[in-house]
Amino acid sequence: MAIITIREALNQALREELARDEKVFLMGEEVAEYDGAYKVTKGLLHEFGSKRVIDTPITELGFAGLGVGAAMAGLRPVIEFMTFNFSILATDQIINSAAKMLYMSGGQFNIPIVFRGPSGSAYQVSSQHSQAIESWYAYFPGLKVVMPSTPADAKGLLKSAIRDDDPVIFMEQERMYGQKGEVPDDPDFTIPLGVADVKREGTDVTIVARSLTVPLALKAAEQLQEQGVSCEVIDPRTIRPLDIDTIITSVKKTNRVVIAEESHPICGVGAEISAQLMERAFDYLDAPVKRVSGVDVPMPYAKNLENLAIPDVNRIVAAVREVAYLD
Amino acid sequence: MSKQTAAPPSAAKAEEQQSSTGAGVMDAPPDVNPQQLKKERDEAKERQKDRLSGLDKDQLIELYRQMLLIRRFEEKSAEVYVAGKIGGFCHLYIGQEAVGVGTISAIRRDDYVLASYREHGLALAKGMSARAIMAELFGKATGCSKGKGGSMHMFDKSLGFLGGHAIVGGQIPLATGTAFATKYQGTDQVTLCYFGEAAVNQGAFHESLNMAQLWKLPCIYICENNQYGMGTSLARAMSLQNIAQKACAYNMASEFVDGMDVLAVREATLRAVERARKEYLPTLLEIRTYRFMGHSMSDPGNYRTRAEIEKYQERDPIKLFSASLLEEKIVDQKTLDEIDRKIKEEVEDSLRFADESPLPDPSELYTDVYANPIEPGRK
Repeated sequence: MAIITIREALNQALREELARDEKVFLMGEEVAEYDGAYKVTKGLLHEFGSKRVIDTPITELGFAGLGVGAAMAGLRPVIEFMTFNFSILATDQIINSAAKMLYMSGGQFNIPIVFRGPSGSAYQVSSQHSQAIESWYAYFPGLKVVMPSTPADAKGLLKSAIRDDDPVIFMEQERMYGQKGEVPDDPDFTIPLGVADVKREGTDVTIVARSLTVPLALKAAEQLQEQGVSCEVIDPRTIRPLDIDTIITSVKKTNRVVIAEESHPICGVGAEISAQLMERAFDYLDAPVKRVSGVDVPMPYAKNLENLAIPDVNRIVAAVREVAYLD
Repeated sequence: MSKQTAAPPSAAKAEEQQSSTGAGVMDAPPDVNPQQLKKERDEAKERQKDRLSGLDKDQLIELYRQMLLIRRFEEKSAEVYVAGKIGGFCHLYIGQEAVGVGTISAIRRDDYVLASYREHGLALAKGMSARAIMAELFGKATGCSKGKGGSMHMFDKSLGFLGGHAIVGGQIPLATGTAFATKYQGTDQVTLCYFGEAAVNQGAFHESLNMAQLWKLPCIYICENNQYGMGTSLARAMSLQNIAQKACAYNMASEFVDGMDVLAVREATLRAVERARKEYLPTLLEIRTYRFMGHSMSDPGNYRTRAEIEKYQERDPIKLFSASLLEEKIVDQKTLDEIDRKIKEEVEDSLRFADESPLPDPSELYTDVYANPIEPGRK
C-alpha cells in the first residue's frame, strides 16, 4: 500500500489502462503538452506519445462527439473535460449520442467511453466554474455516473470505468485532488461500479455522502461520537446505478438518515435517494430524511459567501442532531 | 479556394451561376441568351456521354435500379404512412436519390456511412434490405434496429451503416470520430457523413471540419443541399450561401456538385474517396439537390410554390438518367419497365414482411440500455 494523492491515483489508473489496452486513448484540452490543467495526465504524453494522448482545440461538443464516434468504430476513448462546467457544451453528444446509441440501434452499438474531469466547487471561481451537475447525467438511462472520494476509490473506479462497455461519466472534485490515502499496489486492483462503500460504521444515524461531502461527513461523525451519537457514513460512489440496497440496510439499523451533498437541492441526487427511501424503507424511518445541500443560489465569488453556499461540518452535525431529536 | 480540387466544368459553371443568382444549379441565369444556353446544354450532354462510357452496362443499370428502388420504396412509405402503418416522423428522400446512390456507389462495403434522419434511401443504397427498413418503419421486431429506432434511427453494423441521427448536425462529430478511429487503427476505410444544408449553421459542423483538417481524418462531409431547412429557405437562414466555399475556413478541399446527375455525384465522390484513402484527407462536398416532397409527412408546404417544385422535377434525377441511358442505347424501354416491375415486387414484399412481422416482445423495453448492466449492490 502506497500513500498517494487522488491526482496521482487517477494518473496511475490512466497510465495502467493506456498500457494495458491499445484501444484506449486520452483526449481533451491541455491533456498532453501542458500535462493537464490539474496535472492528472502528467507525463502521459511522454510515455504514450501524441497518437494516444491528444490535445484538442477548445471545442467540447466536437471532441465529445468525436469520442463517441471513435467508440462506435471500436476504440475506448477517455475524454477529459477540463472541468465538467464545460461539458455543458457537449451535452448533446453525451446524452443524445452516447447514452442512447445502444438502445436506438437495437443493441448493435455500445459506447465504451469515459468522460472525466473535475466537477463541483473549486476555490473562488464564481458561478460558471463551480457547479455540481451530477444529477443532470444521472437522470439519463444509458449513462453510468461515478464520483470517487478517496485515492483508492478514484483509482479502482476509474480503471473499472475504462474497462466498462458503456458510457461512464466520471466526476472528480476540484478541491480534492491533493487529498491523500492508501492505494493498493496491485496493477489489477479495481473497484466494481455500482457498489456503495461504508466509510464508517455506526448505529444511530446514517449519513449518505458523496465526493466533497464524504470527508466532511467523516469529520462530523467524529464530533458526534464525542457527543454520544454513532454515525454510519455511506458513500454510494456510483450515482447511477445507485446502490440503494446498501443504504437501506443501514437505515434498517439506524432508522435515521441525513444526505450530504454539495449540489443544489432541487431535483438533486439527494432528492432521489430520499424518494427511494420513502418508497422502500418508510416503515424503518423514525424521522424525516434530512438533506444538507449546496445553497440554492449560483456560486458567489466572495470568500465568505462561498463558504456559506457549500455544506460544512457544522451543518451536517446540526442535521444529524435534528433527525436524532437531540435539539 | 487554394485547396479546392479541380472541379469539373459543370460544377464550376454551376457555382458561378449560384453566386450570380442565388438560385438553384438547374436555373438558367436571367441574362443568358438562348444560343448560349443551347451551347451549354450541348456541352453538358457531351460530358454525360463521356461519363456513361466510363462504366459498363451492368454498373449503369445498377445505379438506375438503386435510385428507382429508393423512389418506389419512399412512395410506398408515404402511402402506408397516410394509412397509419408508420408512426412518428417520416422524412422522405424523393428527389435526392442521385446523391445517395452516386456517393455510395463510390465506396466499399466496409466503409462507414453516418446520416441524418432522412436516411431510408441511404440505408437502401448501403445495402440494407427493403424488408429490414420497412419493418423498422412499422416498429416491428424484425426491423434493422429491432423496432427501437424507427424512421430516424436505422442501423446495420454489418454494413457499416452507423445510423440515422435526429439532432440536426449531431452525426457530424460522430463521423469525424469514426474517421479518427480508422486512422488510429491504421486501416483505409473512409467515412461518408451526410447532412442537410441547415446543419451547416450548427456549431457541430464547424467544430468537426476544423478537427478533421487539423488531424487529417478520412471523412467526406456530404452536404445534401436541398435548399430548405424544414420550411426555411437557404436564403433566409445563411449569410454565405456558397457552402462549398466554407471549406476554405478550414483549409479543406471542397467541390460543388450537381446532385441531380448521379454520375457527376459519383465522380466527385471518387475523387474525395481517393484523397481520403490514400492521404487521410477530408473533403467537403456540397451536392445541390431538391426534395420533391415536404420536409416530413406533416409538412403543409406553404413556403414554396408548386411552380418551383415542378421546375425542379424537370430535372428529376431518375428521369434524367434513364433518358441518357435510352439516348445512348445502353438499355431499351422494355428493360427499364422490367426493372420497375421487379422493384415494385420487392417493395410489396417488404410491405408484406413488415405487416406480418411480430411487434417487439414487451420484455424488449428493458434490453439494450446497457452493454454491461449492473445489478445495484453487486459485490
